[in-house]
Amino acid sequence: MALLEVSNLTINLQTHRGRAQAVRDVSFTLERGATLGLIGESGCGKSLTALALLGLLPEHAQVDGSIQLDGQELLGLSERRLCALRGNRMAMVFQEPMSALNPVHGIGRQVAEPLRLHLGMSRAQARARATELLERVGIAQAAQRLDDYPHQFSGGQRQRIMIAMALACGPDLLVADEPTTALDVTVQQRILDLLQELVAEHSMALVLISHDLGVIAQNVEQLLVMYGGTVVESGMTEAVFARRAHPYTRGLFAARPQLQAAPAAGHLPTIAGAVPELVDLPAGCPFAGRCPHTRDDCYVQPPPARTLHQPSMPAPASLAFWRQPHVARCLYEQVLTQGAKA
Amino acid sequence: MSRQTDTRVRVPDYPTRAFSRTKPLGLGQRARQHRSFVLGALLTALLIAAALLSFVWTPGSAYEMDMDAALQASSSRHWLGTDAFGRDLASQILVGARASIAVGLIAVSIGLALGVLLGLIAAARRGWVEEIIMRLADFTFAFPALLSAIMLTAVYGPGMVNAIIAIGIFNIPTFARITRASANAVWSRDYVMAARACGQSRTAITLRHVLPNIASVLVVQATIQFALAILAEAALSYLGLGTQPPEPSWGRMLSEAQTLMFQAPLLAVWPGVAIALSVLGLNLLGDGLRDLLDPRLTRER
Repeated sequence: MALLEVSNLTINLQTHRGRAQAVRDVSFTLERGATLGLIGESGCGKSLTALALLGLLPEHAQVDGSIQLDGQELLGLSERRLCALRGNRMAMVFQEPMSALNPVHGIGRQVAEPLRLHLGMSRAQARARATELLERVGIAQAAQRLDDYPHQFSGGQRQRIMIAMALACGPDLLVADEPTTALDVTVQQRILDLLQELVAEHSMALVLISHDLGVIAQNVEQLLVMYGGTVVESGMTEAVFARRAHPYTRGLFAARPQLQAAPAAGHLPTIAGAVPELVDLPAGCPFAGRCPHTRDDCYVQPPPARTLHQPSMPAPASLAFWRQPHVARCLYEQVLTQGAKA
Repeated sequence: MSRQTDTRVRVPDYPTRAFSRTKPLGLGQRARQHRSFVLGALLTALLIAAALLSFVWTPGSAYEMDMDAALQASSSRHWLGTDAFGRDLASQILVGARASIAVGLIAVSIGLALGVLLGLIAAARRGWVEEIIMRLADFTFAFPALLSAIMLTAVYGPGMVNAIIAIGIFNIPTFARITRASANAVWSRDYVMAARACGQSRTAITLRHVLPNIASVLVVQATIQFALAILAEAALSYLGLGTQPPEPSWGRMLSEAQTLMFQAPLLAVWPGVAIALSVLGLNLLGDGLRDLLDPRLTRER
């Protein structure tokens, strides 16, 4: 059984302009020790998907579908039961390390919090364990700095502290929502390396959310490309990167700044148009209108999921993630196959 | 006579503190540099000292009447003179500070305890719980302390206890509102989300994250409510609804002096000054505390 099974996850938000379908019909499975990337522009539903995994959605959100952690259904679970799972079996690292630590408490206390809560450690035990954890994530002289306040640390250090806090109880699932977006480029890689090491060390499953193709390429095996709340393309990272079947994926890749090949026009290619408001999404394909291949049908008919590649080799159970098929959603198969030729 | 010339290098007198300071000043140092805070703290200390002193010593008697010594001007025997019954005014003012402090302390405690609790619950639960609590607060807010005191007096008779309860009830919605507003701001912070992602319950987050982060706002509000409570007590006593005779109270001293406004105007001035200084002191203290505890709220000076 997979560690995490998400099927047909749909999230509706009540906004002042009416009901918005922020996430539509998202499904994926994640094995223990596997890594999955969610990529897409802001507002595409990737962060909401992540919050839904931990049951942290705003109260007015309506969630349908199913999220199973180790066979246990999480949707509809009581707040009490969810609290017992959060920080213990599943944990999350946030985008803004500058504001994700409470300014009025020392960091030692904050890292020790989940240990005392879930593992019932005494104050002294939790403190000792917090020191080890902080040392493990690379805070120098952790023992002396336990009582320091968040403002005495740099952004990168704070993100390390957040990681220590998230990993305190050895969760099975770690959700990292843009963990490096707020950091300097030089620090980014080190934080990502640390995450990779820790994920491998504890054989955790990792859900990494990013809008950065480079970050995704180097850190996850499996990939979901999201647009307008739907998964437009999914598969193994190499497969998706090599083929770029969906026009949106192609657009994302084309819009990457590249050092070696400066575009002739001197301008970075962009995807025409703007992300539609979730309230105004067309009934059909969310990308309709911005897509160069748009036809009238696109606005009306929901695009079917088309399997582009089904791995034929049966992989051993421990490598089950290798069996992930490459899927993209489009009304017209020839649009997806164009990408293969290009 | 030969004058010795000073050969030392003169240091220019412009402020260099901003450049030379390596470590930010501690709270105590900043407090000492904050003029209005120091003044407020002094006046408040004076108020408390007066009340405490009255338990062990007063220059004369605040209770004993002496008709022969009625309406005297200030003298070495009666520092601030005497009232229409010959009671020593200075002593009455010292003893009257007790009533003001007692009312302020208890009424603010009632408001703080219940109001903060309700505000925290409203912020943590949201939804209909928040609606009900806040609408109840609005409802209570519609009755000023004076009105509830008059109602309580009508039912239970006049007295200091009823005045305290009335002012306390009036304080509850004030604290509930300010607590809910600040707590809601804290609830939307990333670190609360991080704490939730670590599995902390609403109660734990309220106690460990919300309360410490709004404490400074509450401390500041408490000093301001304390000043308002002193004013309210004086007003109620002035109307005869607060402290009852023979217990001295600044408000009642004012009302008694009112009839003698033209014979002995100073009778009204002294308790008036006492009230004004106490309220001013507490307000300055509150403003100073706000600047010191939360520098982001500091107004440009």
